[in-house]
Amino acid sequence: MSVARRSMARSIAAHAVLIAYVLIALFPVFVIVINSVKSRRAIFADPLALPTAETFDLVGYHTVLRQGDFLLYFQNSMIVTVASLALVLLFGAMAAFALSEYRFWGNSLMGLYLALGIMIPIRLGTVVILQMMVAGGLVNTLTALVLVYTAQGLPLAVFILSEFMRGVSDDLKNAGRIDGLSEYAIFFRLVLPLVRPAMATVAVFTMIPIWNDLWFPLILAPSEATKTITLGSQVFIGQFVTNWNAVLAALSLAILPVLVMYLIFSRQLIRGITAGAVK
Amino acid sequence: MDALTLTQVTKKFGRTQVIDGIDLAVAPGEFCVFVGPSGCGKSTLLRMIAGLEDVTSGQIAIGGRQVTDLPPARREIAMVFQSYALYPHLSVRDNMGLALRQAGTPKAEVLASTDRAADMLSLTALLDRRPADLSGGQRQRVAIGRAIVRRPKLFLFDEPLSNLDAALRVATRIEIARLHRELGATMIYVTHDQVEAMTLAHKIVVLRAGRVEQVGAPMDLYNDPDNRFVAGFIGSPAMNFLDAGALGLRSDSLGVRPEHLAISAQGGTIPGRVSHLERLGGETLSYVQTEAHGLLTVRQFGEHDHAVDGPVWLTPDLERAFHFNAEGQRMRA
Repeated sequence: MSVARRSMARSIAAHAVLIAYVLIALFPVFVIVINSVKSRRAIFADPLALPTAETFDLVGYHTVLRQGDFLLYFQNSMIVTVASLALVLLFGAMAAFALSEYRFWGNSLMGLYLALGIMIPIRLGTVVILQMMVAGGLVNTLTALVLVYTAQGLPLAVFILSEFMRGVSDDLKNAGRIDGLSEYAIFFRLVLPLVRPAMATVAVFTMIPIWNDLWFPLILAPSEATKTITLGSQVFIGQFVTNWNAVLAALSLAILPVLVMYLIFSRQLIRGITAGAVK
Repeated sequence: MDALTLTQVTKKFGRTQVIDGIDLAVAPGEFCVFVGPSGCGKSTLLRMIAGLEDVTSGQIAIGGRQVTDLPPARREIAMVFQSYALYPHLSVRDNMGLALRQAGTPKAEVLASTDRAADMLSLTALLDRRPADLSGGQRQRVAIGRAIVRRPKLFLFDEPLSNLDAALRVATRIEIARLHRELGATMIYVTHDQVEAMTLAHKIVVLRAGRVEQVGAPMDLYNDPDNRFVAGFIGSPAMNFLDAGALGLRSDSLGVRPEHLAISAQGGTIPGRVSHLERLGGETLSYVQTEAHGLLTVRQFGEHDHAVDGPVWLTPDLERAFHFNAEGQRMRA
């Protein structure tokens, strides 16, 4: 009986901690969203108050949707994120398969080299990257961003996926070889479906930093035609005056796509995190 | 023409010699078992025959055709794995038919082949299920079915029964023997279990440290082992090795099977004490601790009783004992 009571107490404590964490994590998002639908005066008067009939005002959203090419910025962000994500997953998985499956000279050295990128931030190379993009004539193109983000996402993808691919049964791959599947068919038809949860994990960890990045769009593609949503939102932040309504509305809108993508991956993600823990 | 010929086959992993110059010929329709302790290279040798491992040097021919440099799919072989290795996202039918479809066989023919194989293995009711919905024994039957469908020149089995429980293992063993009789195909079977080797094989290849210790029919290996290793490995319970010097014999050690040691409470050649008794109904195993020869096993048929810790005397049947020299080689009279 005492065991049951103790586990009850423990469960309450655990839930209290988790609920507290959820509140802390969601609080900034909550503040952004409620203030995005309030008038400017109300935002400053009482930032934590919920919008009332009096203070309700969609002026921020009006400004955002009217001013600039907000839809274009959205589109740019989507193109860059989706393209980078696809390339990271494809090349990451292929590199991971090669590292985990084939014995070749320098295999572990190559694995170490590819994983090194996790520890060295890509921004340290900004100047060189910019020089390379200028030389290649890629400044102010979305291609430049896709290339940089692919490079940025690959180390983690290779590292996580090669660990998972080592776990795929050798017998299964060999059975495929005996049945006449090519190495590509073994990779795409046998191995990839089995590491799908790991792919989702990598997708989420890769996607969010790309979507949120301000640094590379600002340096490599600041032109009107190639602005991403995070960079586009900056037009409302001035040196002396900031249009808070517009900034908050833009940020609220920017949360949506990433939220949708996260929901798509999350089912797989949970399976990825609990893989091995629950059999 | 031999179904399988190995000529001076070797394999090195880095500097480690895993397979050390193996020559072997397997006749068509023969059931050949590779047996040996773990790490003896038997699975590596099988994977080399399958083409899943490169050959460092030497030649492999299947059905008279050189396959040393061919990829697995073009060697006309089928393999059954210890872990079943079924494709988890395909139904039983598609698992069995994949190789044929991959080779471009017409649909109707694939269907007929899978149906026939399913019928042989009583899998017809399970054809639309996924591997995850099957029990271990059913999965292994599907894996065997997948091999049959291809009608290969050579069947390769890599410890196919190791993941099954004891009762299922016996049933599947009988099933494999029946299939072999029905198909008349050449089969190469790897196991570390000498009982499987004895019960299934026409020809047993005993391997140790990448070398062939002896090749022969089960009863030849049992009744006429070439060396101490084969003598000790084949037969269960294992052969006793007595100190021949202590018995006044010219050889180094004397191999005596447990059933060829007589046990008596009255008197005999070797005094000892019963340390443990196993009464199995059909037979009785006595473990006897002796001063000169260590722990010896005695097998008597039928039910017998000996007091544990009681003094007994053992007498080896010298007519049926094997003499080995200091290098472990058999000394034939």
